[in-house]
Amino acid sequence: MAGSEHISWFADIGLLDRPRVGGKGGSLGELQRAGIAVPPGFVVTTAAFDRFIQVLDGDGQARAAVEALSADDLEGISACTGKLRERIEATPLPEDVLSQIAGAHDALCKGGNASTVAVRSSATTEDASDASFAGLQDTYLWVTNAADALQRVRSCWASLYSLESVSYRRKRGFPEQGVAMAVVVQSMVDARCAGVMFTRSPTTGDRSVITIEGSWGLGSAVVGGEVTPDRWVIGKITGEISVREISDKMMQHLPALAGGIQAIPVPEELRKSACLTDPELQALRGIARKVERHYGRAQDIEWAVDRHTGAILLLQSRPETVWSAKDAAPVARAADNPLAHVMSIFGGRQ
Amino acid sequence: MVPGTERAQAAYPYYTQFAPEDDQRFWFYNSMHFPEPMSAFDMVTAEAAYCALGSSSTRVHCIPTTLGIDHRIINGRVYIGGNAVSDPAEIARRTEEFTKRAFYYYANWERLYAQWREKMMMLIRDAQALPKLELPELEPLEHVHAGRGVASNHYLLDTYQRTLEGYYRMWHHHFEFLLLGYGAYMTFFAFCKKAFPEISDQTVARMVAGIEAEIFRPDEELRRLARRAVELRVDAKFQEGVSAQDIIRSLEAAGGSGREWLEELATSRDPWFNINVGDGFYHYHRSWNDDLTMAFASLPGYISRIKAGESLERPFEKLQEERRRLIEDYRDLLGSDEERAAYDQMITLAHRVFPYVEGHKFYCEHWYTNLFFNKIREFGALLSAHGFFPGAEDVFQLTHYELEAAIIDLMTAWSNGSKPRGPAHWPKVVAERRAALAEWAKHDTPPALGPVPDVIDDPAIVMLWGITRETLDTWLSAAGAGDTNEIKGFAASNGVVEGPARIVKSVEEISRLQQGDILVCQITNPTWAPVFQKIAGAVSDIGGSMSHAAIVAREYGLPAVVGTGTATSRIKDGQRIRVDGGRGVVTIL
Repeated sequence: MAGSEHISWFADIGLLDRPRVGGKGGSLGELQRAGIAVPPGFVVTTAAFDRFIQVLDGDGQARAAVEALSADDLEGISACTGKLRERIEATPLPEDVLSQIAGAHDALCKGGNASTVAVRSSATTEDASDASFAGLQDTYLWVTNAADALQRVRSCWASLYSLESVSYRRKRGFPEQGVAMAVVVQSMVDARCAGVMFTRSPTTGDRSVITIEGSWGLGSAVVGGEVTPDRWVIGKITGEISVREISDKMMQHLPALAGGIQAIPVPEELRKSACLTDPELQALRGIARKVERHYGRAQDIEWAVDRHTGAILLLQSRPETVWSAKDAAPVARAADNPLAHVMSIFGGRQ
Repeated sequence: MVPGTERAQAAYPYYTQFAPEDDQRFWFYNSMHFPEPMSAFDMVTAEAAYCALGSSSTRVHCIPTTLGIDHRIINGRVYIGGNAVSDPAEIARRTEEFTKRAFYYYANWERLYAQWREKMMMLIRDAQALPKLELPELEPLEHVHAGRGVASNHYLLDTYQRTLEGYYRMWHHHFEFLLLGYGAYMTFFAFCKKAFPEISDQTVARMVAGIEAEIFRPDEELRRLARRAVELRVDAKFQEGVSAQDIIRSLEAAGGSGREWLEELATSRDPWFNINVGDGFYHYHRSWNDDLTMAFASLPGYISRIKAGESLERPFEKLQEERRRLIEDYRDLLGSDEERAAYDQMITLAHRVFPYVEGHKFYCEHWYTNLFFNKIREFGALLSAHGFFPGAEDVFQLTHYELEAAIIDLMTAWSNGSKPRGPAHWPKVVAERRAALAEWAKHDTPPALGPVPDVIDDPAIVMLWGITRETLDTWLSAAGAGDTNEIKGFAASNGVVEGPARIVKSVEEISRLQQGDILVCQITNPTWAPVFQKIAGAVSDIGGSMSHAAIVAREYGLPAVVGTGTATSRIKDGQRIRVDGGRGVVTIL
């Protein structure tokens, strides 16, 4: 499947393409290149957005109006951006953009197993790795047909002008002319269970363990904090599972027939059962190590287990930021006399 | 004190009795080394060990922050208290000494350790060469003609004093390197815990532990013997339930191949069967050589595994390679090259000292201790033959001072041709003390006495007993929360298993273990290795990061939780329990 001006397939992109495919798109492409399984898909590049916004706001007046807003003026932002979002969602896509997205969507659904897709915004801002910002953009799950997918692409674009996003940009003083957004369209994983994992302990910063959290159904319930997930801590090198916290998982996100997702109760017999088996945990450990090695630094990863095939797929991987920022003084330094180290035991509290 | 046992309690030396001023100090029960009430004689182990440990830390190597360890006895239980050094000026003075002494040992470790092995083997040879105890009716004519001039009775006292002297000396050898060895290991251990806060104790142990340590040898010899039995086609002789003596008889009768196997057995026995079924601190921890039951019990199991095609050989090279990879992989995870350089220095030293840490036990606690208790047993047989008490084993109800008195009593009577006074004195005392020991065993003993300190920073106590302020908190809270069915300890060996609990409070109860049982004991002992093929998991009250039990449990792939503090008192025999060795949690089901 060849890309085009407005479309890039995951196989053809990597992290360096972030300016036109966004952080999420670049990361998915990079993962696929590294030999990690991700749900197949493509990115609607920033070129498509630019083309669209050119149609919508050729003279740049709308964006200038946004840029003129004050970060503190929530009411003003709300009024201004509300109208803009309505326009984005209502304006028809330019023919070339429409045909390229629809064509890719068609190819994806024919080639893949699933006919439903997830449409996820993929921000290009410098701060794309900043979780707090990435969380501001929208993701639409279980989109069942091309028309809806096309609509959701525009919804993603519109989310660029949400109250939160705009006030964030205004606070930071980013120029509105440079703002663009890519959108990821990828096959939807009908997840038996899903969750996140950290290649560095979120609680202690330990680099030798992988923390895995997961719950039944789609990962949105875990990421959104709507369920207390099961939690495991696994030795990165040894594979020893040192923590197993199986929680009472009352609720799960499952696809709704009409599209989208629904929150429904977990069947009684599954609520207190572990959502992952030990072999699956070990497989996740292997994937985590591979991803971490590929990037050369600790990663926060979203994963899902396909209900039908049992395959483990990654939906996202981004660099860990909290502990990496704290690393300063080494735990110990080499001593001129290597024996001097024993004084840490024999010499009393230092 | 348990009422009615006052006289038995008074038997222990005055310097081990609790005095009023001791109430101001913190003491904890050393259930790690002395999990059962100790008979009057066996207390010699406590005092000999603390004499030697204290000399090493206080006066030989001058550990800056700690002197020795005091001990007290109540109800046959040994309580110990550390003597930490807190005055900064004194610490500074001792630090200067320490670097002149301990650092010299570290720097010359291999040479000094080689010298140690020679000293230790000489001590063992000396103990083996102690004369047989003889008290003939008349002095042999050849002694008279040779003009020996010293009569046989004198040699009783001489031999006894040399026996005792050798034992005290052995404990000095035992501690010559031990604190330094543990300290170097703990240095690396503490570094790993800082760099990798969630690393398990077992992983650090695996990076340092030797692959061919002496402690594995006895069990390896059993595997070898099982293999030889199959090769020599005498394996059918080894059936469950047949006694070792009957098996040996049938092999003797089986001709060439049977005798060949028995020759193999003889090679294994000297020295590798000089291993106790316990830690060697109690006279009734008999060696495999003294009682082949334990050793032979594991042979049918090993034989059937070999016949099923399993290789019981430990893959040295593979284990070595795994260890190398483990060290490499953790090294790679470190944050900087600076950290890696420190890591290299620390693990190099840990590897240097560890052969001693692992190896000394076989020579000291096993081989020598067996020789010692067996020699005392000879005195018991002699005194028993002269009516001092009913059986040879009764000798262990006398303190080592009392035993010397009894020997002098016998010497004197022999020389005077009169009757010894002992037969009228000792039987009642022995009976009373046996009763007291039985009574004391029925009572739980508190893990600690006296004011609990805010911090425990005595490195000896932390290293040897794994006791920290957190340990105490766990014990104290466990005592208050009897209704929960979860018991927490250290994760010693990975895996989850459920099964019936078998509470084994003393070594003699080991035979009660059935296939699939979970061993629940005060301290798991590596020399119980043969029973590990029977059990499904192991739980212990006590166990620090140095616990060999964890290593053996991993060898056998058994889930194990150690250092629970209270498992033997909270779990009832036969109860179904779940052992989660990865989390360090035991659940009563």
